[in-house]
Amino acid sequence: MQLLGILISLLAGGLLALLCDRYASAAASRWVSLASLLLATLLWLPLWPQATANASVWLVHTDAIWMQRFGIHILLATDAIGSILIGLTLLLGYIALLSAWGEIKHRVGLFYLNLLFTLAGVIGVFSAMDLFLFFVFWEVMLVPMFLIISIWGHENRRYAALKFFIYTQASSLLMLAAMLTLVLLHYQQTGLLTFSWFELTQTQTDGTVGWWLMLGFYVAFLVKLPGIPVHNWLPDAHTQAPTPGSILLAGILLKTGAYGLLRFVFPLFPEAAAGFAPVAITLGVISVLYAAKLAFAQTDLKRLIAYTSISHMGFVSLGIFAWNSISLQGTMMQMIAHGLSSAALFAIAGLLQQRLHSRDLQQMGGLWQLAPKLSAFTMLFSLAALGLPGLGNFVGEFVVLLGSFQAYPWATAVAALGMILAPVYALLILQKGFFGPPSELVKAGVADLSARELLMLGILAAGLVILGFWPNLILDLSTTPIQHLLASGG
Amino acid sequence: MDWQQLLALTPVLLVASISVMLMLVIAFVRDHLLTCVITCLGLGGAAICSLVSVGEMAQQVTPLLIIDDFSRLFGALVLLICLISAWMTYPYLQATDEIREEYYILLALAALGALVLIASNHFASMFIGLELVSVSLFAMVGYLAHSRDQVKLTLEAGVKYMVLSGVSSSFLLFGVALVYAYSGSLTMDVFSQPANAVLAPQYLILGTAMIAIGIAFKMSWVPFHMWTPDVYQGAPAPVTGFLAGGVKIAVFALLMRWLMPIQGPYLGILANGLMAMAALSMLLGNLLALRQDNLKRLLAYSSIAHMGYAAITLIAAINIGNLSPTLAAEAAGMYLLTYATVTLLAFTVLSHLAAQDLTYETGQLQHYQGLLWRQPIAALGLLIAMLALAGMPLTAGFIGKYYVFMAAVDQQLWLLLWLLIIGSAMGLYYYLRVILILCKDTQQAATNSYRGLNPLIILLALLTLWLGIYPSPSIAWVQLALAGF
Repeated sequence: MQLLGILISLLAGGLLALLCDRYASAAASRWVSLASLLLATLLWLPLWPQATANASVWLVHTDAIWMQRFGIHILLATDAIGSILIGLTLLLGYIALLSAWGEIKHRVGLFYLNLLFTLAGVIGVFSAMDLFLFFVFWEVMLVPMFLIISIWGHENRRYAALKFFIYTQASSLLMLAAMLTLVLLHYQQTGLLTFSWFELTQTQTDGTVGWWLMLGFYVAFLVKLPGIPVHNWLPDAHTQAPTPGSILLAGILLKTGAYGLLRFVFPLFPEAAAGFAPVAITLGVISVLYAAKLAFAQTDLKRLIAYTSISHMGFVSLGIFAWNSISLQGTMMQMIAHGLSSAALFAIAGLLQQRLHSRDLQQMGGLWQLAPKLSAFTMLFSLAALGLPGLGNFVGEFVVLLGSFQAYPWATAVAALGMILAPVYALLILQKGFFGPPSELVKAGVADLSARELLMLGILAAGLVILGFWPNLILDLSTTPIQHLLASGG
Repeated sequence: MDWQQLLALTPVLLVASISVMLMLVIAFVRDHLLTCVITCLGLGGAAICSLVSVGEMAQQVTPLLIIDDFSRLFGALVLLICLISAWMTYPYLQATDEIREEYYILLALAALGALVLIASNHFASMFIGLELVSVSLFAMVGYLAHSRDQVKLTLEAGVKYMVLSGVSSSFLLFGVALVYAYSGSLTMDVFSQPANAVLAPQYLILGTAMIAIGIAFKMSWVPFHMWTPDVYQGAPAPVTGFLAGGVKIAVFALLMRWLMPIQGPYLGILANGLMAMAALSMLLGNLLALRQDNLKRLLAYSSIAHMGYAAITLIAAINIGNLSPTLAAEAAGMYLLTYATVTLLAFTVLSHLAAQDLTYETGQLQHYQGLLWRQPIAALGLLIAMLALAGMPLTAGFIGKYYVFMAAVDQQLWLLLWLLIIGSAMGLYYYLRVILILCKDTQQAATNSYRGLNPLIILLALLTLWLGIYPSPSIAWVQLALAGF
């Protein structure tokens, strides 16, 4: 029931925020959103010790009949992987809220409604174990994000929102077709009509059918991840979204794609996925290198960060398809660390945009002299993005490479070159934007961080440092469920 | 005809009596509200009559009509659609200076035609039903020809619909004649009749094809769709709503009754023809909608595409799948139910807007800019309708689409499934475009306090969400309707 409680508190909080804005004040709707997030966090907290103490994999299990005709249930369950990602979602929810606090000035209530609904949708994705329910969350979480981009976004927002929605939805139709075929296949084999993950993983999916079905799921998740060649929506969506939107997109929406690969592609289609792994890994490696190169060529700060996301998610692709316990643990680590560091970089880009009304790196310069705190944080997060030891991202990438080297030494060796390209673009941000003499634009005056902004960036920085020094927090937690996934995924 | 049969016919008789009664009432008092209320009460009463007799034995009333649970439940659905349509029309007509009362006579006649159509298992009653619907609709489409700015558009729409109906009827009649020549019978289950020794089976095939073409005109399947955008644009918004959400449902229900139970040779040819029409409708409908700047034309092309999706269920029903033989029929029923709800919602919003300001009647998308901030309820209704038409989960539209997917997968109609996916992906573009326009910033202030059709919009929007969130009762309803097949 906890998961249902989390979802309900977020959904109800969103509606309440809208009403507060209409009948009370914008400030009230902010506090209501914060309260509903706090409530959701309180409901989530008991999962943490359970995950450390309990050996049984599935922590909570809510099961209710939804549509009898097709054996569709409201089946919410989560293991440590799911609950870690739910934790990340909630944490970034706070960050997005803090960033919206100063940035979103009009239609405040509606904004928080969409924000909280997005969070609820993502948490639903991380906890739904009925494939139909998963699909519902998968699609429904797009709508509030679409509205966030198209109403509060930047100059080219409508184009970006449209592109984001169409890419994701079109690919998820493939997943729907594959899902229904799988369900009917299972029905043929067992006479049981069900969408439950626990049942469907028992389906025999060898041969060509398995390949097609696996591809249907893979494409949907690859679009979301995103990986080359279906990454094209991401730079636009991330650049045009308002800062809280970018934080959620980069921080958690991308992780739903990785989660899908982890939870569905391998366990449902072990043979096909294993056979497909070389292709997927090649695509992952290309993503790492090509996106890093593209990032280097950008002058728009948000666009640059967006491309680094694609590059980092390439490692996730690599780690998942190497499919051994070390690479998967690295993947988990990489997901969390990238969630924090990309959210932080987008938050900073948002702060700069608010101050300078520009995202153009060419026009920036010498920010360090005027805004030392902001610049120091930028330095920290850039270093995290380039994989400095001591911060979370290093652990993630290192463990992914370690794990996949056993299985695919050549591909891993090439992907490791990404560790060289990362400093190039990460340091480029610092060099162009923060060092040197102040540019015309910067001279006009830049305020340093306020207390709220300091808190926001401080939380993220602390998270990255903790992950960097005590990676076992995540690695240990994810061991048991990963063993289970490996066992079920052949 | 005994009492039992007459009793079974009550809804049809009741609807027929509405039009007579309205004529008498109008002869004595001209009162718009009174006429509208009488129509609504009559239609609602007939719907209730149909519903209470669900579960009783099927009655063949004369060779023409069969009153079984399918007729009762789908009849009730169509009657409710007509009722909603009457409700939609009232504020709309109130805002014009046209003579208003006679409109409801036409609507009642169209409802009668739809009822006959759904209950017919004989080509004669099918023809009577179709003509009743069409002839009433010529007048309804052109009803406001005198009082609107766009006289030309309205007249064009009326004339086009008339010509189309004429052409489609002649196809239909010739087809029926050929089938009759082959089988010597006008009952619909010609395929199960013993082969005729005199005439070659080509007569049967040709006749069936011509009947199918006649009906395809009404369903606006490509390549018989040309009239759709013009009529949708020119007709008054409530009439367009009835055309899209009512007439198509009735005609499709007729197709279900005709095609789904039949077995026999030559079905493959029919299925191939349907498949070609479905494929073309999905592709062309969506393609042509992409660059539309007019909401009514956009919805017209979208309805062409949606009828293409619906056709998949018919094709699936012709051969029997592995899940259960009724899945395809159930899919068709659910698709009709959900599509009708969503379409009515969209056109209720359009009627609501047109009733307060005739500039909306042109359907130009630029008028809808920033509607979400100016008229939140109407815009939210339109937004939900667009999401539902695009097939987002938790709306009725997704349940319909889910069923079509399921039927296609079950029958392994992979080509159609691919086209369905491509078509839906294209569809996203123009539905989302409408939403983007609704959310655009606007200078106009939200001063409007016009209530008009707000209750109906809220009702239909909630129904759309309810069908999407908890479809089990409606699935049971459709299964009940199909139990007799």
